[in-house]
Amino acid sequence: MQANKKILAALALTTLAGTVQAADEVVVYSARIDELIKPVFDQYTAKTGVKVKFITDKEAPLLARLKAEGENTPADLLITVDAGNLWQAEQEGVLKPLQSKVIDANIPSQYRSSTGAWTGLSLRARTIVYSTARVKPAELSTYEALADKNWEGRLCLRSSKKVYNQSLTATLIETHGAEKAEQIVKGWVANLATDPFADDTALIQAIDAGQCDVGIVNTYYYGRLHQQQPDLKAKLFWPNQADRGVHVNLAGAGVTKHAPHAEAAQQLLEWMTSEEAQGVFAGVNQEYPANPKVAPSKEVAAWGSFKADSIPVEVAGKRQAEAIRLMDRAGWN
Amino acid sequence: MAHSAQRRWYPLAAAIAALVLLPLSVLLLSWGEVDGEIWQHLWDTQMPRLLGNTLSLVLGVGVGVTLLGVSLAWLTSLCEFPGRKWLDWALMLPFAIPAYVLAFVFVGLLDFAGPVQTLLREWFGSGLRLPRVRSTGGVIVVLVLVFYPYVYLLARTAFLAQGKGLMEAARVLGLSPWQAFWRVALPVARPAIGAGLALALMETLADFGAVSVFNFDTFTTAIYKTWYGFYSLSSATQLASLLLLAVMLLLYTERRARGASRPGNERARSAPLYHLRGARALAASAWCGLVLLCAFVVPMLQLLVWFWQRGRFDLDERYVGLILHTLYLGGMAALITVALAMLLAFARRLAPTRRMQALVGLANLGYALPGSVLAVSIMLAFSWLDRHLVIPLSGALGGDGKPLLLGSLSALLLAYLVRFMAVAHGPLESSLGRIRPSLPEASRSLGIGGVRLFRRVYLPLLVPGTLSAALLVFVDVLKEMPATLLMRPFGWDTLAVRVFEMTSEGEWARAALPALTLVLVGLLPVIGLIRRSARRYG
Repeated sequence: MQANKKILAALALTTLAGTVQAADEVVVYSARIDELIKPVFDQYTAKTGVKVKFITDKEAPLLARLKAEGENTPADLLITVDAGNLWQAEQEGVLKPLQSKVIDANIPSQYRSSTGAWTGLSLRARTIVYSTARVKPAELSTYEALADKNWEGRLCLRSSKKVYNQSLTATLIETHGAEKAEQIVKGWVANLATDPFADDTALIQAIDAGQCDVGIVNTYYYGRLHQQQPDLKAKLFWPNQADRGVHVNLAGAGVTKHAPHAEAAQQLLEWMTSEEAQGVFAGVNQEYPANPKVAPSKEVAAWGSFKADSIPVEVAGKRQAEAIRLMDRAGWN
Repeated sequence: MAHSAQRRWYPLAAAIAALVLLPLSVLLLSWGEVDGEIWQHLWDTQMPRLLGNTLSLVLGVGVGVTLLGVSLAWLTSLCEFPGRKWLDWALMLPFAIPAYVLAFVFVGLLDFAGPVQTLLREWFGSGLRLPRVRSTGGVIVVLVLVFYPYVYLLARTAFLAQGKGLMEAARVLGLSPWQAFWRVALPVARPAIGAGLALALMETLADFGAVSVFNFDTFTTAIYKTWYGFYSLSSATQLASLLLLAVMLLLYTERRARGASRPGNERARSAPLYHLRGARALAASAWCGLVLLCAFVVPMLQLLVWFWQRGRFDLDERYVGLILHTLYLGGMAALITVALAMLLAFARRLAPTRRMQALVGLANLGYALPGSVLAVSIMLAFSWLDRHLVIPLSGALGGDGKPLLLGSLSALLLAYLVRFMAVAHGPLESSLGRIRPSLPEASRSLGIGGVRLFRRVYLPLLVPGTLSAALLVFVDVLKEMPATLLMRPFGWDTLAVRVFEMTSEGEWARAALPALTLVLVGLLPVIGLIRRSARRYG
């Protein structure tokens, strides 16, 4: 009888092709795309023999899946490309707070969760890009100043539906209060040269082509485009150097609450913050390493160094909903 | 009242409808808790604009796909003009291009920074401006060009099946071709056109990929914003259930307007009816050629250029796996979905009661939902089943008590079934509707019943409809993104997944490689099947 049951169960297993887990592997749900994580995982596997299995999707569906699976989840690690979603994952209780001396030593505290539920792995500066043909850098100063009258019909923005802009607006609210932040955002909208773009790359191309003169983008989009088009008539500018600094978001990760291989996942995460891994993790996408002991790649360093905003990135998550409502009211689509 | 032979079909139809109801009940359960703040905010700042945008999109796409689909189908199936033979199947090719791909090709090609406007500026200075491509009109044009094949395919099948008797009678009775079209062919083909239009509009309402390339806000983008931005999955599913209500209304109207489907006379026509000459022939060739150019040739050329500039450097042996996974998923899903849709269509024909109509209607609802919402609903339903059914059961049977459904191939195939049932059902139902009941009755009286009746009488007549259904499902599964992303087993990346990864980073030129491969993989069955169905009649 017992044997029959076993055979039945085995049959059910094979027809349904369920997920069977081996001990020397880590399972990752990643919002960072295949080509930006696989090189890092491959290096880890070569070094330790631990296999890394992953699927990629957007943050929200991955988070919904983690929540639905609960204690049955196969996932050990969640990777996202912004702090807001990590904060949200922590709020929903799907991440496990870690006590890790390694991570604490490698990553500055403003780029980590205050509870240890997640840590940043690479920094993504969202800065001003300008046309070298029609703008002198001396005309530029701060994000806020882009709301001034003299930029009317010259500013380009990406869609407010992108979380990067939501995080930027969240830090505006944190710095200036809701009322002043709304005035600034309304000023931006009034200055728009054309409808907001669906992505940063298209925005930089519009500046290059002469549709607008300034915009706000993540630096690595500029890096990629510049690599293909060295004669790009656009450059990066570091705003707010006299006050709070450039807005910085991050790609990061946290170990899941019900991780089947919690220990292995923590080891992988700790290794990803190490000097050995940080160069690759940030380098594949021209981002800034979150570990300050690691220098950015040569192309990235060529854009110059800057002072980064010291607001803890958690703010992006806490104020995200407020920021979206504000952007909606201001008519930023 | 249903008699017992009819009632035999109930359990089957109910079981299939239950599969669809499972995720839909997740939507309805979301109403348990309403976040007043989000609703108030959406209502105050977003709704008027979103509803206006959505309405103009539905109207524009509806009129556009009907005009294009019906006119092209009429020309290629009843007229003779230069190029007709290959335009006949070539006009189906745009169906293999996913809406999000055509969208990024159009925006990339025609926006201010794109090659066309840049060239115009170089030639004529900055005074010359094209109409903005990122506008309501631009979105409508793109969606019409990707969705007209639904109407074209179904209308074409209907025109071909009308047989020669009907149209020749119209001619003998002195109707001009124009009159024959309006008074005979169109009314008879109306159910098929309605079914195609309904599919196109359901796709339009649920589209997220294409409209987000244009940053064009619709009701569906609001659903995503509520979920991704406000982190309120329950408010998002509430919005989605309202969208579903709108679609049910649309489908109901379509059913009412369609009336009873009229059986044709099944005798195939041997030659085209109208031989166009001179200016008319030229106009027909030009019209068909223009549509093909805009919807297929130009986008493919742009994809090829991008492939050459950027995409070719990404080409590696992993593409073998991507293609195989894509083909396997498409093929399996088409097989399963068409088989079950066929059962449903027969259930409805042989037991045409109200209750059966309701069950079949329910089973077809999955297509109307935005892909991600449906995907997450199915995912939630499966994880519930895992927790409450699979794990206890596997424990009791001596297994290791692990969840089996979520993350398995069968769950993904079930998700496709739920999503694309309506796509398979449309063509099957309309081709079944054209078989006069007298035919199977006569066969029965000759002692042929059951499986033999199906094999020898129904099946041969259903071949074109079945092939259309399988083709539509196959290609739709190739293009499907959200459910594939969320529910694919580890390692089961497909071409659509690769397109997602590239476009999510704004790398349109590099997305050209997976997009081009996707289109080519989808093209083979499109060409094969449409040529086969052309032979049958031609």
